[in-house]
Amino acid sequence: MAPLLEIRSLSRSFGGVTAVQSLDLHVMPGELVSIIGPNGAGKTTTFNLISGLDRPDAGEIRLGQRALAGLSPEAIAALGVARTFQHGRVFANLSVLDNVLIGAHTRLRAARPGAPLIGPIAELFRALVRPVWVKREAQAHEQEAHEILALFGDRLTPRVNDPAYSLSYANRRRVEIARALALRPKLLLLDEPTAGMNPTETTEMQALVADLKARGVTILLIEHKLEMVMQLSDRIYVLDDGAKIAEGAPAEVRNDPAVIEAYLGHSGVGGAATAAYEAVA
Amino acid sequence: MSSFVDYTVNGLVIGNIYALLAVGLALIFGVANLINFAQGSVYTIGAYIGWAAITFLHMPLPLTMAIVFVGSGLIGVLIERIGLRPLQGKARIAPLIATIGLSFVLDQLVQLIFSASPRALPSDLPDIRIDIAGGSIGAMDVLIAGAGLSSAAVLYVFLRFTKLGYAVRATAQDREAARQMGVNVDAVNSAVFAIASALGGLSGLLVGMYYNHIDPAMSFQATLKGVVAQVIGGVGNVPGAIVGSLLLGLVESYGIALLGTSYRNLFAFVLLIGFLLFLPNGLFGGRSVVHSEPLTGSFIAPSREFPVPRWAVIALTLTAFALPLIYNAPYLLQTLTNAWLAAMLALSLTLVSGTTGQMSFGHAGLLAIGGYASALLALNIGWSPALSIPAAGLIAAAIGTALVFPAFRLRGHYIAIATLAIGEIVSLTILNWESLTQGAMGISGIPPLSAFGHEAYSARSVYYVCLVVLAALALLQTRLLSSHLGRTLRAVREDEVAARSFGIQLSHYKSIAFAFGGFGAGVSGGIAAHLYSYLNNQTFDSQLSLLALTMVILGGMGNVLGAILGALVLVGLPEMFRFAAEYRILIYGIVLLLLIRFRPQGLLGAV
Repeated sequence: MAPLLEIRSLSRSFGGVTAVQSLDLHVMPGELVSIIGPNGAGKTTTFNLISGLDRPDAGEIRLGQRALAGLSPEAIAALGVARTFQHGRVFANLSVLDNVLIGAHTRLRAARPGAPLIGPIAELFRALVRPVWVKREAQAHEQEAHEILALFGDRLTPRVNDPAYSLSYANRRRVEIARALALRPKLLLLDEPTAGMNPTETTEMQALVADLKARGVTILLIEHKLEMVMQLSDRIYVLDDGAKIAEGAPAEVRNDPAVIEAYLGHSGVGGAATAAYEAVA
Repeated sequence: MSSFVDYTVNGLVIGNIYALLAVGLALIFGVANLINFAQGSVYTIGAYIGWAAITFLHMPLPLTMAIVFVGSGLIGVLIERIGLRPLQGKARIAPLIATIGLSFVLDQLVQLIFSASPRALPSDLPDIRIDIAGGSIGAMDVLIAGAGLSSAAVLYVFLRFTKLGYAVRATAQDREAARQMGVNVDAVNSAVFAIASALGGLSGLLVGMYYNHIDPAMSFQATLKGVVAQVIGGVGNVPGAIVGSLLLGLVESYGIALLGTSYRNLFAFVLLIGFLLFLPNGLFGGRSVVHSEPLTGSFIAPSREFPVPRWAVIALTLTAFALPLIYNAPYLLQTLTNAWLAAMLALSLTLVSGTTGQMSFGHAGLLAIGGYASALLALNIGWSPALSIPAAGLIAAAIGTALVFPAFRLRGHYIAIATLAIGEIVSLTILNWESLTQGAMGISGIPPLSAFGHEAYSARSVYYVCLVVLAALALLQTRLLSSHLGRTLRAVREDEVAARSFGIQLSHYKSIAFAFGGFGAGVSGGIAAHLYSYLNNQTFDSQLSLLALTMVILGGMGNVLGAILGALVLVGLPEMFRFAAEYRILIYGIVLLLLIRFRPQGLLGAV
């Protein structure tokens, strides 16, 4: 079977600081692959490169047969790659429902771009005149958005029409994931979905991600909570200083001396790293 | 050859004057991340302080300059205290709008105190001219160059070697870090505004003496020139601002030599747009200054829409339609007609700036395009207004969108500057394209509103035309907002990065917003042309753009009913109390300041 996502010798540096250094990585269809590593290891940069927000200095990124490097973020989204953001980027003044509906934008036939000049005019007319198929499509999408929100239990369903800025931090993260799911992604990039969540919420999120995996969603996950990573992942990549230092199944990575050293041997080891070590060991 | 030297000297002199303005703007941008739209007002005030000192007190020049320096500096402290300090932590656009409000207030105060008519500002400098290489340099030129150079030197010493100068530079680099290290950031801001305004006031005095002419209307152009110079040099960059100013002065001077005086500003704004598009960080700007903040939805304050019940909207609409039948007073109907026309403009702007988040400071340009299009179609081709007005809407939509399209990749303050410049370019093109527009003479004899052979002369019929068109536009916009476009445009406003990551093509949707908005504004301009029967390049000026912005903020950004309410209040109330025109602008300024401070989400809430 061919990999869904394949990254070859990907590099990116910012003014002399190497963020990602000839990284090789692949994700098979249906797999859940995690990227772990200390802060500044290049995890989020990798996500930015895959999703087109940043451009690589060198290397290849392929989604199936398509080369992604150099494509715009909107084009990559249209190919079926959805992501969440490390610090959360919900649309603050939009309702929870509208946030999720934006996630379905690439699938909205009423919003298909069309030819330059004619496309925008046609879209404007579809929005104003609203033929039957446009209405039906809007209803179907709304229905689907409610179903996605229901995945989060009663966390979001009572707040469907609330503006996103009024939500708790954890709920904003959930909205981000709901929005990404609405794209019906071939590949879902989750950037620290449990950041800022308490243990109960983390367990809940872990169950949700496991559920998504069981539904066949292909996921690339960045996460600091190693317990969760070990339990969920099919395979793990460990990055340090932009380079891959280990990869493999959780059991292999757990016992890799390079990994233990990366977490322990770093200058500025703090509580987080020690905790991480304990989780690994 | 002689003229070349003269034009060069003139360019450098003007450049020095711009530099005094632009350096202040750069300092303020550096520490406060703000383009100070009141800078031109301080410049005007400086000129008038100097005029008063010379005319009434017969002060010698050095003392006059000292008084101007101190007086303007104090105004700067006041601007910081009112316009900036209370707004920390609010949306980034808030202080910018506050400085616009302050500039309204200050300019109108100057006009009320000193009258709108121009004054002569004599200088008692000896009339000596030194001949150089076929040209000549006068005492005034030397004075201005000296003021420019010595200010730059003093500023350099201040920033490099004084403790406060260190604090200013530290604040400019990292505000929070500076605060944590014990820098009193408020004091730094205050000092920077004082310095910037003192230099700006001096600049106004010098320019008044140079041309022997001052008037209250010089403020806005001065701000614009300072901004242009700053963008050329790199926003927030002090040495860059000086070089940018000299460059701008020279380009303008040579441009005048080649094409004539009326092209001066056109050069400045075309240069500005060129830099914004191709070198947005300016000649000396190093790192990219364009970045966006996650999570905050940095544009408008989090707010909820004030729920206006449907029956109330219907009742108010019916009242508006029934009013002329019950109470047919021409004066009232004319006032309301003006309000409806303004409301069309506000609807357009609230979609573009409120819903889509693209701050447009040049929206009156769309009215001008629509007005001229309809007038010319009616006069030159003989179209009926019933046909020429919708056509004008389409033309304004097409031209407006095409003009702004290249600027779509700019954000925040930059799109505001770009649209401001585009508005000026439209007005200057109208002024200079005499074969089509008859330039400053204007177009007269535009036929009145008519449809199918019926002419609408009476106040009542004109009222109905405007009300029906407004209601139709408002309904269309409401329908647009309730479709997928509504949420997509708002997503563009909230977070461009996240929007792109979900497949939203920014320029596609910004085009839709500008085209739809342009149509409404063009229709408004078209109707106005037939009502006024006369248009010139100043009929729809940049002040109207800023007035429309006040209406939109008053009603609530993106709020359809709010835009209409804002227009009604700001056009209607001054009429009701019969304020003279100059008090109106003063009131608009105060309304803007109070809103930004106490109710940034507007009366009906931003949507």
